[in-house]
Amino acid sequence: MSARRIALDTTVNGRALSLSVEPEALLLDVLRERLGLTGSKRSCDVQVCGACTVLLDGLPVSACSVLAYEARGRRVLTIEGLASDERLHPVQEAFLATAGFQCGFCTPGMIMAVKALLDDSPSATPEEVREHLRGNICRCTGYASILAAVAVAQRALADGAAG
Amino acid sequence: MLPPFEIHQPATAAEAVALRAQFGEAGALYAGGSELLLAMKEGLGGFEHLIDVKTIAGLADLALAPDGRAVTIGAAVTHRTLERSALIRQRLPLLAEMARQVANARVRAVGTLGGNLCFAEPHSDPPTALLVHGARVVLAGAAGARRLPLADFLVGPYESALGPDEILTHVDVPLPPPCAAGAYVKFGMHERPTVGVAVLLVPDERRAAVAEARVAVGCVGPVAARLPALESALAGARLGDLEAGWPQAARAGEALDAVSDLHGSADYKRAMAGVFVGRALALAARRALELT
Repeated sequence: MSARRIALDTTVNGRALSLSVEPEALLLDVLRERLGLTGSKRSCDVQVCGACTVLLDGLPVSACSVLAYEARGRRVLTIEGLASDERLHPVQEAFLATAGFQCGFCTPGMIMAVKALLDDSPSATPEEVREHLRGNICRCTGYASILAAVAVAQRALADGAAG
Repeated sequence: MLPPFEIHQPATAAEAVALRAQFGEAGALYAGGSELLLAMKEGLGGFEHLIDVKTIAGLADLALAPDGRAVTIGAAVTHRTLERSALIRQRLPLLAEMARQVANARVRAVGTLGGNLCFAEPHSDPPTALLVHGARVVLAGAAGARRLPLADFLVGPYESALGPDEILTHVDVPLPPPCAAGAYVKFGMHERPTVGVAVLLVPDERRAAVAEARVAVGCVGPVAARLPALESALAGARLGDLEAGWPQAARAGEALDAVSDLHGSADYKRAMAGVFVGRALALAARRALELT
């Protein structure tokens, strides 16, 4: 092990992990290359597009621009950790119900961004939803059905679907 | 991909200052990384050592100063914390309004106020809103701490008055008078703003006219700046006239040291500054009238 490596004890999708990483390792590379969690995508690489959105202690972050060691002692949630057993998360169900995706590349980031918003602010207004999703880009321009998915998810969660 | 480097996590400002002196230009201060890491991905900087200031005790604190006349914001406080803090929302609502418009939710979750000010990216929101509050920065160095008005700290694009062996520890933001009303408005077609305008209006006793106006414009020139001539011209202006649209605002951009860049030509930015100064004044005036 290189002297430059840092111990990284973290929790990813509910699983406790003990890794060692180089200081410059980015969270996205550890997730995708070391852990095989390829749902989070690399696209713009500069915190603009949102395709790499994961939750760090519940807050949305750009995994492409967060050093992996920052996850020490914290909880990382990726799109792979959202469903429980065979049951999709209500936000995932809502994207299916409204066809809130076209090519699907932005979808994992969109869904994680929406989960972060609704965990924090379940009754966010349409304006607040649009403002929050300003940082997630869909190059297929499928925004209308994405916004429809958020509304469906809000109703499902309000009706008691387990989030 | 990032080039290789070592991470250092000082526990105190004094340790960070010593690391700064030890590494010189091979070291860089690191907080949220929302600017630094992007620059390093482009191969800029050549830093071999990152000094993580988030481990310094007290740097993430946010509290009313002991004299009750200012809010002291630790350099490692995130934009998200500023956006949501009850203290900021109640006592410095203009700052909260600015913070919730910074970049996007992911940047706000990790990006820090101190990192933003030290990186000194000219297309940025916080300096503009802090200038109308008369904010001061607190810098720790080997010889002790020094305080500087923010206007003196902001030197130019990507350049601040931070010394090579100093770190920014806090930002002190004096509380405006309770009767003051403010607004922060911005405009841009890219991720970073083309123009940002902060306005703080202190009404007269009858709450009909402006006793004191503070106006700052950011992103248009090399650094965010107050507009003293416009501020003088606003003294005595009726709040109702400002709310309806103050014709002189359209010329506000003429006083600005505008630069042409990817966000627009200097002329375009001056024109937009006029438009958005007018809108910020109208919004602040409406808020001042609603407070009565």
